[in-house]
Amino acid sequence: MGRIMSRLDVRKTYKLAIGGAFPRSESGRTYVVEDAQGRFLANAASATRKDARDAVVAARKAFGGWSSRTAYNRGQILYRAAEVLEGRRAQFVEEVQGSEGLSRKNAEATVDAATDRLVWYAGWADKLAQVVGGTNPVSAPYFDFSIPEPTGIVGVLAPQESSLLGLVSVVAPVIVTGNTVVVAASTARPLPSITFAEVLATSDLPGGVVNVLTGPQADTAPTLASHMDVNAIDLTGTLGNDDVGKELEIAAADNLKRVRRAQDEDWNADPALDRMTWVLETKTVWHPIGI
Amino acid sequence: MVSTRSTTSDPGSGPTSASTGIFDYAPAPESRSVLNLRSSYGLFIDGEFVDPVAGGSFKSISPASEEVLAEIAEGDAADVDLAVQAARRAYTRTWSRLSGRERGKYLFRIARILQERSRELAVLESLDNGKPIRESRDVDIPQVAANFFYYAGWADKLDYAFPGKAPRPLGVAGQVIPWNFPLLMLSWKIAPALACGNTVVLKPAETTPLTALLFAEICQQADLPPGVVNIVTGAGETGRALVAHPDIDKVAFTGSTDVGRQIAKTVAGTRKKVTLELGGKAANIVFDDAPIDQAVEGIVDGIFFNQGHVCCAGSRLLVQESIAEDVLARLKRRMTTLRVGDPLDKNTDVGAINSAEQLAKIRELSDVGEQEGAGRWSPPCDLPSNGFWFPPTIFTGVTQAHRIAREEIFGPVLSVLTFRTPAEAVEKANNTPFGLSAGVWTDKGSRSLWMADKLRAGVVWANTFNKFDPASPFGGYKESGYGREGGRHGLEGYLRWDAS
Repeated sequence: MGRIMSRLDVRKTYKLAIGGAFPRSESGRTYVVEDAQGRFLANAASATRKDARDAVVAARKAFGGWSSRTAYNRGQILYRAAEVLEGRRAQFVEEVQGSEGLSRKNAEATVDAATDRLVWYAGWADKLAQVVGGTNPVSAPYFDFSIPEPTGIVGVLAPQESSLLGLVSVVAPVIVTGNTVVVAASTARPLPSITFAEVLATSDLPGGVVNVLTGPQADTAPTLASHMDVNAIDLTGTLGNDDVGKELEIAAADNLKRVRRAQDEDWNADPALDRMTWVLETKTVWHPIGI
Repeated sequence: MVSTRSTTSDPGSGPTSASTGIFDYAPAPESRSVLNLRSSYGLFIDGEFVDPVAGGSFKSISPASEEVLAEIAEGDAADVDLAVQAARRAYTRTWSRLSGRERGKYLFRIARILQERSRELAVLESLDNGKPIRESRDVDIPQVAANFFYYAGWADKLDYAFPGKAPRPLGVAGQVIPWNFPLLMLSWKIAPALACGNTVVLKPAETTPLTALLFAEICQQADLPPGVVNIVTGAGETGRALVAHPDIDKVAFTGSTDVGRQIAKTVAGTRKKVTLELGGKAANIVFDDAPIDQAVEGIVDGIFFNQGHVCCAGSRLLVQESIAEDVLARLKRRMTTLRVGDPLDKNTDVGAINSAEQLAKIRELSDVGEQEGAGRWSPPCDLPSNGFWFPPTIFTGVTQAHRIAREEIFGPVLSVLTFRTPAEAVEKANNTPFGLSAGVWTDKGSRSLWMADKLRAGVVWANTFNKFDPASPFGGYKESGYGREGGRHGLEGYLRWDAS
């Protein structure tokens, strides 16, 4: 009886997530991703300006459909994503542990918090309009009401440290409100972002609603900040690099993007509404009352 | 002191219109005797009128006659600095220590004085700005008082506006306002800022500083603590100094998209919170089932209200092809009854263009409209010889590529386009970098709401246009700016929530 050789594992190729597909970078470039101890983890795709532009096109294409889904449906899809994430818990624990150098217990807690965060935001889909909108008691015979609507295409520079919980915390509020997103993942810790894109792709989220770029954020951030078809940009990933954040904010002014400046955030704390409201427009509608 | 002139010396007194012979109105000018203008005004800093550090000045004129109304101090960076220091002191020592209830009482008091002095303010606004007294008296000034009354009530209820967030003021707000609704824009800026516990430095527009200076007197009459409101007059340079000042916590600006972009760049990388209310190129969409006569009134209100100097003006008429001929015929007939002339005449519908500079811009873009092949039409109309005037004008046969369909003219000039289907109307309406407002005229409720849902604009008027209210949030999508003014939403730009 021959000895059974230990099975060779099948490694995963990490690519980008654009428009519902998982393409390599158009440049063909990759970069080495290491774990917290500096050991090789994987080669990840290194996105370029062109990839960023392609992702914006995909996000724009997806916006009309996604923003006109019912709020209930968007909530269901986000909840579905939480279910799928939970089902892949072991994989995420391993990736988060590798990326962030956490203990197993901490990595588990982080993945669980990410799942719970998705559930929390999923529930907001069909409630936020009642909290931030309403009717306006104008002093003339008009029915006047204000409702929140998505701003459009949002560029997100994901936090550098928190590779999954941070990522989910910045992406979920943007899409639950009906926006579509191009997210530049953490430069050094990109792997969970692509696995998360796989979760979204199997959760009935339409292609193009979430597009993920890996690679140095510095390669894609200027394109997202200056792109005339991006409506808002979240500079969270520039935390600690004030000069970079300022340059990007200046570029964002060309089409008057809504800008969220980097601020120190505790991803384990319960979020407020502001990560949803900053990507919402208030629309006010007037109609005469009469017979 | 500028003496009160007899109205007969007014160049161009009495409205003129093509309807002479059908409706001849005798001149019905509002009296200027209610005004008590000084010949010169200093800057209002720390509760006092003071001379500017460098001592420069400029003149504010009546755009209807080019008469000099008063000499106005020109504030520079040194003056702005003094004003910001005064505002900071007032914030730290007085205003932020007052309870919301007491702050609110000051605002109520100001609202009452505004009501008491409303006639004076209306006359001065029409004189300095050129808008018809009918509008300053019935729209601008009543809304000014209403804004203060509305936000006064919020001052001690902020915890209810944002439950669980413990809102706190930002500090010192730098506010820059335009010339189209001088005092109304002041009230949109100052009332919510003060209600939320901030102090302000406000720069009125160069061509329309007078009602802001009268408002400074009203602050004195109300015994508002010194430094809570500071008014620094001047031109663009003064505004730039204010926006760039390192000790302001907030910038609020209403004006052009180009200046809005500059401001967004100036504040990049700072802690300053920003709200921008910028330009527009609103579509006013008329369907074939609309009540046509009401729609025609709405079109006229949409573009000729305030001489078209309105960021949310309905400057693109999108009319369904099947009724285009009828709508245009009725619109032209209605336009011939518009009375253009002396802003102080109670019968005037369309007043003076605010400045020579703005008139030149309107003329230039209108000439471009002709050169690009659109058909230009104005009712026959005798314009006064002095002052700045432009007749109500429409352009037909306009395409989406024409500059007059894309750029904000900010004057009484309407571009007319047509559409066949609701989807085409939506596509054309949204085909602009702006997104401030839109209008929809149809008798079908479901269609109104469908259109309102699809239009990418901050305000949608269905079977009405150019309506404003202190309780109603206002502000744009896309390059029309960000943030909202009015209503509960209008508080948000003046508060912070962090626990620090």
